[in-house]
Amino acid sequence: MTTTDISTLAAALRAVLGDAQVISDRQELRTYECDGLAQYRVIPALVALPRTAAECAATVRACVDAGVPFVARGSGTGLSGGALPHAEGVLVVTSQMRAIRAVLPQDERAVVEPGVINLHVTRAAAPYGYHYAPDPSSQQVCSIGGNVAENSGGAHCLKYGFTTNHVTGLEVVTPDGDLVRLGGAAPDAPGYDLLGAFVGSEGTLGITTEVTVRLTRSPESVRTLLAGFAGTDQAGAATSAIIAAGVVPAAIEMMDALAIEAAEAAVQCGYPAGAGAVLIVELDGPAAEVDAQFTDVERLCREHGAGEIRVAVDDAERALIWKGRKSAFAAVGRISPDYIVQDGVIPRTALPEVLRRIAEISAQRGVRVANVFHAGDGNLHPLVLFDDAVPGQAEQAEEVSGAILDICIAYGGSITGEHGVGMDKVSYLPRMYSDDDLDTMQLLRCAFDPRGLANPGKVFPTPRLCGEVPGRRRGVHPLQEAGLAEVF
Amino acid sequence: MPDDVLADLAAAAGGDGARPAGAGDAVAGVLPRYVVAPGSTEQAAALLRVAAGRNLAVVVAGAGTKQDWAGPPRRLDLLLRTRRLTGVVEHAAGDLIVVVRAGTAVADLQAKLAPAGQQLALDTPLPPGAAATVGGVVATNASGPRRMRYGTVRDLLIGITVVRPDGVVARAGGKVVKNVAGYDLGKLFTGAYGTLGLVTECAFRLHPLPAARAFLTRRAADAAEAGRLAAAVLGWQLAPSALEVDAAPDGGMEIAVLLEGTDRGVRERAAAGRALLGGAAVADEPPHWWSSYPWRPGDVGLKLTAALSGVPRLLAVVGEAARRHRVQLAVRGSAGTGVLYGGLPAATAPDLAARIVTELRAEARTAGGHVVVLTAPPAVREWIDLWGPVAGLDLMRRVKAQFDPEARFAPGRFVGGI
Repeated sequence: MTTTDISTLAAALRAVLGDAQVISDRQELRTYECDGLAQYRVIPALVALPRTAAECAATVRACVDAGVPFVARGSGTGLSGGALPHAEGVLVVTSQMRAIRAVLPQDERAVVEPGVINLHVTRAAAPYGYHYAPDPSSQQVCSIGGNVAENSGGAHCLKYGFTTNHVTGLEVVTPDGDLVRLGGAAPDAPGYDLLGAFVGSEGTLGITTEVTVRLTRSPESVRTLLAGFAGTDQAGAATSAIIAAGVVPAAIEMMDALAIEAAEAAVQCGYPAGAGAVLIVELDGPAAEVDAQFTDVERLCREHGAGEIRVAVDDAERALIWKGRKSAFAAVGRISPDYIVQDGVIPRTALPEVLRRIAEISAQRGVRVANVFHAGDGNLHPLVLFDDAVPGQAEQAEEVSGAILDICIAYGGSITGEHGVGMDKVSYLPRMYSDDDLDTMQLLRCAFDPRGLANPGKVFPTPRLCGEVPGRRRGVHPLQEAGLAEVF
Repeated sequence: MPDDVLADLAAAAGGDGARPAGAGDAVAGVLPRYVVAPGSTEQAAALLRVAAGRNLAVVVAGAGTKQDWAGPPRRLDLLLRTRRLTGVVEHAAGDLIVVVRAGTAVADLQAKLAPAGQQLALDTPLPPGAAATVGGVVATNASGPRRMRYGTVRDLLIGITVVRPDGVVARAGGKVVKNVAGYDLGKLFTGAYGTLGLVTECAFRLHPLPAARAFLTRRAADAAEAGRLAAAVLGWQLAPSALEVDAAPDGGMEIAVLLEGTDRGVRERAAAGRALLGGAAVADEPPHWWSSYPWRPGDVGLKLTAALSGVPRLLAVVGEAARRHRVQLAVRGSAGTGVLYGGLPAATAPDLAARIVTELRAEARTAGGHVVVLTAPPAVREWIDLWGPVAGLDLMRRVKAQFDPEARFAPGRFVGGI
């Protein structure tokens, strides 16, 4: 795109959005050059800050008219580079669409704009005894629109599910610039479940302008324990035993020795000294159920070698137990100048083997790996430590990080449980799916975005040519018929 | 005269499982020319490549328990039966997942899972003895009372294998519960009524079978009281697995609550629920109407949805419509999620049935929901748009055009003539 093209598009956007809602100054644009995955940086050609759905649609239409790609961004906390700008495109930032339009406890729904912060939905619902269940670690800053794009999870999705299970309606701007409603307050809208297909599509099918979320009745009782183990094998065995006993905890989280060390250094959470692994187990629900199952969980932890078991007696103690876990990523900064946050999934029962293989690779390559994970559902967050100031370490860390994903795939898992493919894992997606699988997924992309303008270059390594119709061509080719081509 | 098409199909099916259609193979009154029953995903793909090459219109059939749902196919050449695509591929009990072939009866699957203390937490409300298949339940997005706790197919399906109309085999999702890699095609195929391709395998997340359960039932004088009772249950801390309501045509109304959990937990919650509802009956077994549709074969069957707070109003409106039009209009369903089912007798005059559907649609719309006619006698179909207004129809047509550009898969069965 030439400078003239950019200024033409900027003028078109200013005409619909107003001067203050369009950024073209190079220094200001730089503020938006990355999302939560800061190793990728691209300065967008323009930033648009629509205040309404209509403005958002007008922004997309202006992009379509100009043939310019657009990338949606919420709070910019994503960890896969999904909101990484396009150098020749418009970054559409939803941070000015922050109204909570309705809290409807009688419908168990809330209607919010995409820029609303995840935790603010729960705060708005709390007076009625409800909350919004998906709780990514970044919930104090991440936006609901971004959660929809990434199908965000969180520690409590073991019991409650992911964003996709808690969004019942969307208003979206399609890549044609049309406003379309998918789903609503009521369940099971007739037709294809485009709502389900849209959630988690990482901004490649359009931009969310309104979200109807399910509100969940807040549990009567929440009980949390922290158990220290000699190592991850014992903690993993305890996890298996809990699941085998038919308990569905709200969360089971595990941290290994290195992650514990980092958390202690950063937030002094008082985890058991010398533990090789800790488990955080949280049960919630009716008091009668929680009390009955909590006794079982404590017993199973002890039977599998738990040393110290600390039970939170109040919310303050619960918060302290969670503090170490929720700050684990950032805490690693205390023990290493740089680190990669990995996000892979394995069948939960493969945990001990997979951890051993990660430890082997770590030892072989001399790269330290701290492990934090959602043990209940096999979602690993290995933190690969390195020092960018030492030549070669970054590359080595990348290799180890990639090798961990290969292990996840080898065990029948996934390359991402909640952070998304984005820009970061584009090259890994073909290791998990065949060409035919990816081609089929892209049929959906072609239906929504035949021009390929919505967040191009993310998720799929190779775009599909949407004009290409699968299946057998019938009759004479139109060009041949018109005498414009011959068949050789 | 030798039939080339049949010969091709027979060759693709490995000699077994391709034959000319008979009277028993009709789909909603439309007779196919051929019937095939592939024994594997690969065979199915070979058959569908033949179908693509021969321009055959295809309908997929499981047990056929809901074959009268949705529109009749506009065109039908090949009926693909999934009866040989059966069995559990993998049950990883420790990981609470199962991979199962689409032709497997849900009841058979549950029987396989039960010894491990596990279940696919999905009700399949059907007449007793019916053997709904996994694939059929996925294609029609069928659900029952426990959707309140466990969700529906879309919430439980974690991976899918399909054969596209052009015969290409594709997979999406996987066999781990948590996975955001690539598009979630499982959701797209759920409730698509076989219009996008053939589903051959599904991976599901499983749940433990509860140690104990209790059903609380309580009579209600009218829709308003049923609504008040339902709201009380929703606002309390019972954590029910299901909250159902049944309004019989005689005007009687009953609500029922399912509690699942530990022995002690269920006992204590049942006592609390009983007090909350002002003296409910507590039983180990469900009421007779539980998890069944309020219509018989040949009747008009409706699915009515509403935002939760609109359920009492919708119940009242159904009752009023029955009285005003002097028809037997039964309604029951999930007061805890806003999904009700209604039944009109087969003998209802088609124009009257159409008028009632139109009235109910207006009410459901006010309540943020829809009325879909799941099944109806042919005479009634002529008077009714089965689906009602559909948001996003243009996008749906574009999706269909990408997956099935020649409109050969279940043409005409779905929304907007898709």
